[in-house]
Amino acid sequence: MNFFTHFGKYLLMLKGMFSKPENGKLYWKEFMHQCNEIGIGSLGIASIISVFIGAVSAIQTAYQLVSPLIPKSTIAQIVRDTVILEFAPTLVCIVLAGVVGSKIASELGNMRVSEQIDALEIMGINTKSYLVMPKIAAAIITIPLLVVLAMVLGIWGGRMAGSMAGIIPKETYDAGLLENFVPFNVSFALVKAYTFAFIISSIPAYYGYYVKGGSLEIGRSSTTSVVVSCITVLLADYILAALLL
Amino acid sequence: MIEIKNIRKVFGEKVVLDGVSHIMETGKANLIIGTSGSGKTVLQKCLVGLFEPDAGEILYDGVSFTTMNQEERKLLRQQIGMLFQGSALFDSMTVEENVQFPLDMFTKDTHAVKHKRVNEVLERVNLVGSNKKYPSEISGGMKKRVGIARAIVLNPKYLFCDEPNSGLDPQTSMLIDKLIYEITREFNMTTVINTHDMNSVMEIGDNIIYLKDGKKEWTGNSKDIIFSDNQNLNQFIFASEFLQDAKQMRMMEANGGKFPGQGNQ
Ligand SMILES: Nc1ncnc2c1ncn2[C@@H]1O[C@H](COP(=O)(O)OP(=O)(O)OP(=O)(O)O)[C@@H](O)[C@H]1O
Ligand SMILES: [Mg+2]
Repeated sequence: MNFFTHFGKYLLMLKGMFSKPENGKLYWKEFMHQCNEIGIGSLGIASIISVFIGAVSAIQTAYQLVSPLIPKSTIAQIVRDTVILEFAPTLVCIVLAGVVGSKIASELGNMRVSEQIDALEIMGINTKSYLVMPKIAAAIITIPLLVVLAMVLGIWGGRMAGSMAGIIPKETYDAGLLENFVPFNVSFALVKAYTFAFIISSIPAYYGYYVKGGSLEIGRSSTTSVVVSCITVLLADYILAALLL
Repeated sequence: MIEIKNIRKVFGEKVVLDGVSHIMETGKANLIIGTSGSGKTVLQKCLVGLFEPDAGEILYDGVSFTTMNQEERKLLRQQIGMLFQGSALFDSMTVEENVQFPLDMFTKDTHAVKHKRVNEVLERVNLVGSNKKYPSEISGGMKKRVGIARAIVLNPKYLFCDEPNSGLDPQTSMLIDKLIYEITREFNMTTVINTHDMNSVMEIGDNIIYLKDGKKEWTGNSKDIIFSDNQNLNQFIFASEFLQDAKQMRMMEANGGKFPGQGNQ
């Protein structure tokens, strides 16, 4: 199948998600379950990554800023801006594409292959809205929250590393954080986070939902879905930067 | 009543169903029989719309299913129960939750009422004490029975069973057949069963369609089948010598102790 067939089918899947729920309570329950799986489930990995990213960027920035003319507080500014603009949204989402994406693709793939999706359809349930929609909605709600958390933890990680390595005292770092702060950066990062959240949930959902064959194909399509979502995230990152900055 | 008109289904080069027409009657066990790979599952899936037939029409009580849109199909499907060949239980849910799921989705009953109904159907399929187990923790035959329980929990108007008793011991098999038969009569359901189990054919075969190479080769009921002179059907049904002998005996009985064919001479 070529790109356009996939893309058309993907759009049709998204269109098919919008229908009146057969039972609002069960849909809500499924949504909450997915929020838990996607949001709480990837809290640990998102936190660890962001702390380390902040720490590393503080040390590396200090290493590159050799001129004594540049004040130390600049380190804090650079860490703050790179973490908010790029590391927290993009890097975290790339990692989540692996964590969340493979989970979504293999869960749906397994349900497809073992005819559980057919069983739901036969009961008169719109499986696109019951299975796919709550996953995408949960990702769109929880992933931006993770990204905000990642921003905070990243900046904190830089502060810790800076003071532990004796590069920049905490007070200077804190003061630096407040210098030249552009609130738009945060909005821009959130726009990215929402976009990426949609990408890393809907693309794996598509690959899982339409899997054909057996367990081998589930694995294969879950890998493909992660690769495709990562590339799409990077592409979207570039497009958003070109458009909005 | 489900009317099948000239259904044709092709997968790539392979013609799986080639102009099959038949009527599935209400209040009866309608059996689809045939060798493995003859297209029984495909026919059943065409009936419920999991496969789109390439040609032909399907009517549910006179209403064309083929031309229905998604929403209309959804409504009709709330009256359909289906047991899949591989059971298709939701593996994130326990036995109890599986059976209760259609009730949760489509009824506004209280928890106590639903719980009672779940236990009632689980009892009917002879499955008590496994309520809290997950599908991965029960045997294949038990999964089948949970699948049946889930299919009948809403008292559907149309019941589809794909090999309800493959993988079950003869005793449980018989029990399942009887159960399906009883509820079919009791609730006047239109039941469609795929099977290659001879016991079922003889016990509950009200209306049998025999598929061969995607075509309807023979149709009739369990009484007719003994006297059928269709070579292919005989080879399929009376494959073992034991069954051939049984057939001879039944025919002799019916003929007043003479071998078939002798009566007229
Ligand atoms: N999704 C599919 N894609 C391509 N071919 C298929 C598909 N499903 C079934 N077939 C083909 O259709 C034919 C009939 O299959 P079907 O599953 O209906 O057989 P069956 O009569 O149910 O057999 P069994 O008794 O073993 O269950 C087989 O040759 C099979 O290869
Ligand atoms: Mg089959």
